[in-house]
Amino acid sequence: MVRRLPFGRRAKARVLPGFGLSMGFVVTYLSLIVLLPLAMVFIQASALEGQRFLAMMLDPRVLASFRVSFTTAFLAALVNAVFGLLVAWVLVRYRFPGRRLIDGLVDLPFALPTAVAGISLTTLYAENGWFGGWLKELGIKVSFTPLGITVALVFIGLPFVVRTVQPVLEELEAEMEEAAVMLGARRLQIFCRVIFPSLLPSLLTGFALAFARGLGEYGSVVFIAGNMPMKTEIVPLLIMTRLEQFDYPSATAIAAVMLLVSFFLLLLINGLQWRASRRMAAD
Amino acid sequence: MEPAVTARTVPEQQVPEKKTDSKPDSHHLTESRWVRIVLIGIALAFLGLMLVIPLVFVFVEAFGKGWALYWEAIREPDALAALRLTLSVAAIVVPLNTLFGLAAAWAVTRFSFRGKQWLVTLIDLPFAVSPVIAGLIFVLLFGNRGLLGPWLSALDIKIIFAFPGIVLATLFVTFPFVARELIPLMQSQGKNEEEAAACMGASGWQIFWRVTLPNIKWGLLYGVILCNARAMGEFGAVSVVSGHIRGQTNTLPLHVEILYNEYQFTAAFAVSTLLVLLAVVTLVVKQVAEWKNRNEAA
Repeated sequence: MVRRLPFGRRAKARVLPGFGLSMGFVVTYLSLIVLLPLAMVFIQASALEGQRFLAMMLDPRVLASFRVSFTTAFLAALVNAVFGLLVAWVLVRYRFPGRRLIDGLVDLPFALPTAVAGISLTTLYAENGWFGGWLKELGIKVSFTPLGITVALVFIGLPFVVRTVQPVLEELEAEMEEAAVMLGARRLQIFCRVIFPSLLPSLLTGFALAFARGLGEYGSVVFIAGNMPMKTEIVPLLIMTRLEQFDYPSATAIAAVMLLVSFFLLLLINGLQWRASRRMAAD
Repeated sequence: MEPAVTARTVPEQQVPEKKTDSKPDSHHLTESRWVRIVLIGIALAFLGLMLVIPLVFVFVEAFGKGWALYWEAIREPDALAALRLTLSVAAIVVPLNTLFGLAAAWAVTRFSFRGKQWLVTLIDLPFAVSPVIAGLIFVLLFGNRGLLGPWLSALDIKIIFAFPGIVLATLFVTFPFVARELIPLMQSQGKNEEEAAACMGASGWQIFWRVTLPNIKWGLLYGVILCNARAMGEFGAVSVVSGHIRGQTNTLPLHVEILYNEYQFTAAFAVSTLLVLLAVVTLVVKQVAEWKNRNEAA
């Protein structure tokens, strides 16, 4: 049974009802809550003159905040890629008491309000805190430094890497490793040449997710960062400061650049996931 | 995958391997015992330092000065007002986004249409946006100097620095949660059961209540509870639009911030324990939902 659809496309008649209703609601709600408000940033930013926009972005304090945000988010994502892979590996491959509990605990940063994580980490790493006092003797200062921002972002980003690598690791077929063993490969060789290449797309996706989340994170960072302009001021905080000074044009301009970066990352992540799913389908 | 390995190693090693290796191949299929113990140890130490200690620390600080102080911080009028506000915001946001999640999952997984991939990407969009920007967009729309600002102030409607602004920002931030949980679940379940019901003459609502909902209930529950956790715990977006009026537009996380910045550390951690409990309940529900899903699939 074939009939014409509004978009000039031929398709099988729909057996299930509710397409119009659900689609209508989804598109309206999405436009009202997400798309129109987001478009405001670009409408307002494009109202700025090109030169003024450029001058705002080249302001040393703005540039410094971008540098702080990018380096700390990158470092945190890197730490998470290494330890996230390790945690996923241990959870999937080994059996030990408390494994299920730990598996559940990995999602904690998703569920715990960021402000709580922020004050807890700040107090722990402050100079008179549990970790801070001990690190101080080693000459390392964490709270109110870029290192502190990184620590908070490692906390926030950890589940992203673990939860993207874990399912791929679970699905990995044993045949490949068995074949490699038969052919005389050593364990480390198998990991480097057989396992790691299959995990790489998901590891990159997890890295990108953690990085994107780290760039935008606010709640857990503001407490531990100390928020010194030029040194430990992250981009979201600078937007906040500009808003509080009623400097809307500057806040909007910074937000527009930030949004473009986020959209680029989102497309990259979707592309990576699409490629990974195609590869899995091909196997 | 890697033909280089196979081509090179086959001729040389096949023969000696058989002679010398009396143990079965399983020896090479996993790491030696010591490597395993070391790897587990590192992973546990990392998770302990990064997750467990910060979590336990909240309770240590909250109860460190005794129960009396803890109760005082929780029962303080501003804290109760913050709790009430947080609960009312969630009571509006969670049902709306649940409805959206169900509609989106139904449209995306039960029908094929052009641009579906784009729709799914757009639904994910709020995840990619910094919470501060999520607040900013509503200030640009409804704030005093915003697009609709003059019009709203003429009508004497207050959105920013008031309850509606907090609801809008929270709606934005928690927008994808339920849809994200349901779309993969309903995709994997397929639509055969629903189509069979439709062919036997069931109406749309009958199909939804009797076939779809029982199949997705655990995934739905998890999506809802995750959405709820984020709605109650959101800080950045709400911070931009709330205006921090004590007893009026302070949610629980904002109340924690104020207490902390006023050096009332014990009170800040005491109020935080409420939010930690919320997180723990969320994680427990997730485990149960996953377990139920697996059992029902098997």
